Amino acid sequence: MVLELYLDLLSQPCRAVYIFAKKNGIPFQLRTVELLKGQHYTDSFAQVNPLKKVPALKDGDFILAESVAILLYLSRKYKAPDHWYPQDLQARARVDEYLSWQHTSLRSCCTRAMWQKMMFPVFLGHTVPPETLTSTLAELDRCLQLLEDKFLRDQPFLTGPHISVADLVAITELMHPVSAGCRVFESRPKLAAWRQRVEAAVGEDLFQEAHAVVLKAKDMPPLDPTLKETFKHSLKSLLQ
Amino acid sequence: MELFMDLLSAPCRAVYIFAKKNNIPFEFQFVDLLKGQSLLLPRQAWSWEEAQGRSVAILCYLCRKYSAPSHWYPPDLHNRARVDEFMAWHHTAIQLPMNKILWFKLLIPMITGEKVSDERTNEILEDVKKSLLQFEEKFLQDKMFITGDRISLADLVALVEMMQPMGGKHNVFLNSHKLAEWRMRVELAIGSNLFLEAHDRLLQLAEWDCSTLDPMVKERIRGFLRKYK
Repeated sequence: MVLELYLDLLSQPCRAVYIFAKKNGIPFQLRTVELLKGQHYTDSFAQVNPLKKVPALKDGDFILAESVAILLYLSRKYKAPDHWYPQDLQARARVDEYLSWQHTSLRSCCTRAMWQKMMFPVFLGHTVPPETLTSTLAELDRCLQLLEDKFLRDQPFLTGPHISVADLVAITELMHPVSAGCRVFESRPKLAAWRQRVEAAVGEDLFQEAHAVVLKAKDMPPLDPTLKETFKHSLKSLLQ
Repeated sequence: MELFMDLLSAPCRAVYIFAKKNNIPFEFQFVDLLKGQSLLLPRQAWSWEEAQGRSVAILCYLCRKYSAPSHWYPPDLHNRARVDEFMAWHHTAIQLPMNKILWFKLLIPMITGEKVSDERTNEILEDVKKSLLQFEEKFLQDKMFITGDRISLADLVALVEMMQPMGGKHNVFLNSHKLAEWRMRVELAIGSNLFLEAHDRLLQLAEWDCSTLDPMVKERIRGFLRKYK
């Protein structure tokens, strides 16, 4: 039975999983779950992931949520080249460090920046208070500085000389505010150079393919009004 | 090996308990979060928030380096994935909101003299309720521990995080037998003495005299807390 990956390429963690699977030639059946249509809230999807989130993996009877867990599972099961998640104790610790730090830092501000700057006005038809947006963009800026100073430093990739899952997770996050028109790389030559290296390592075509949906997000039709209630709670947290 | 920590921080407690339980020799370097000291690590200085994420990495590192018994981080594909899944999920679902309860119920009123609105407090309590339900239904289910019959890093991390609100006298285990029973099993597997030792500082937090807090640190905390008013 073929591996199933439940993804919406609008979502950053889904893109990281998609790129990793494709890059490593892992055969899978793509099951698209359209977040903007609330498909992650359906009962049928709850059978796959009771946490009602994407990405989700279904390997026979085994179901797995959380992109970091999925990336590590895939790298082990399909014996991906070592650099993605190195065996070496210290190299691995550096990747683990990034993967656990990013949840409440970069991920959080990239999601909010993209939603507050673009999705709220375009998709939901209302503008976010300017102080909120300013504060979120300032937070994003601080995260980017940390990314450069604590992780990237003078290395080619986030955790050392070679690309790892940490770089995939990071780059897909940063493309989120980029899709909303945030100038993430323009004033940060170090990050821009890192981005080029990551794109080259992944392959330009695969990178573009993975980001086609999010880069067109600004042209999305507005939210179906019947879905407003469904989204209410999750939207609240995006406004902080 | 030096471990820089303050046992007020849940991630630090997880590392402390794991190291002690597995007889991993280390030098405890106390970094006093109540004095506004940051965790200083070789090469880099991190603020408390920034350092929170690192404990998962430290736990896995210690596990492998000191060849801890395999039940802590099971080698088989599926069980290991379960631990990874919980570790990834818990940052936003458990760690963040449990810490917020401590800040809202104790630290903010204590340090700033002002209360957090009931609306904000109820919101976070609702979030925690929802997360704990998901924890029981998806992660624990009808098993003794998250991966089955033996304790793993996931149970350790889950429990120390759920203990965080206790510092503000808020007990999240009161409403669920299942959760309370799992908690007892984890405590027993760790060893009650070690568990209590690790949580002693947290449980005394309400008695802290915060008038000694550096005014600059107080102001920094006030600024950070303004968004929760």
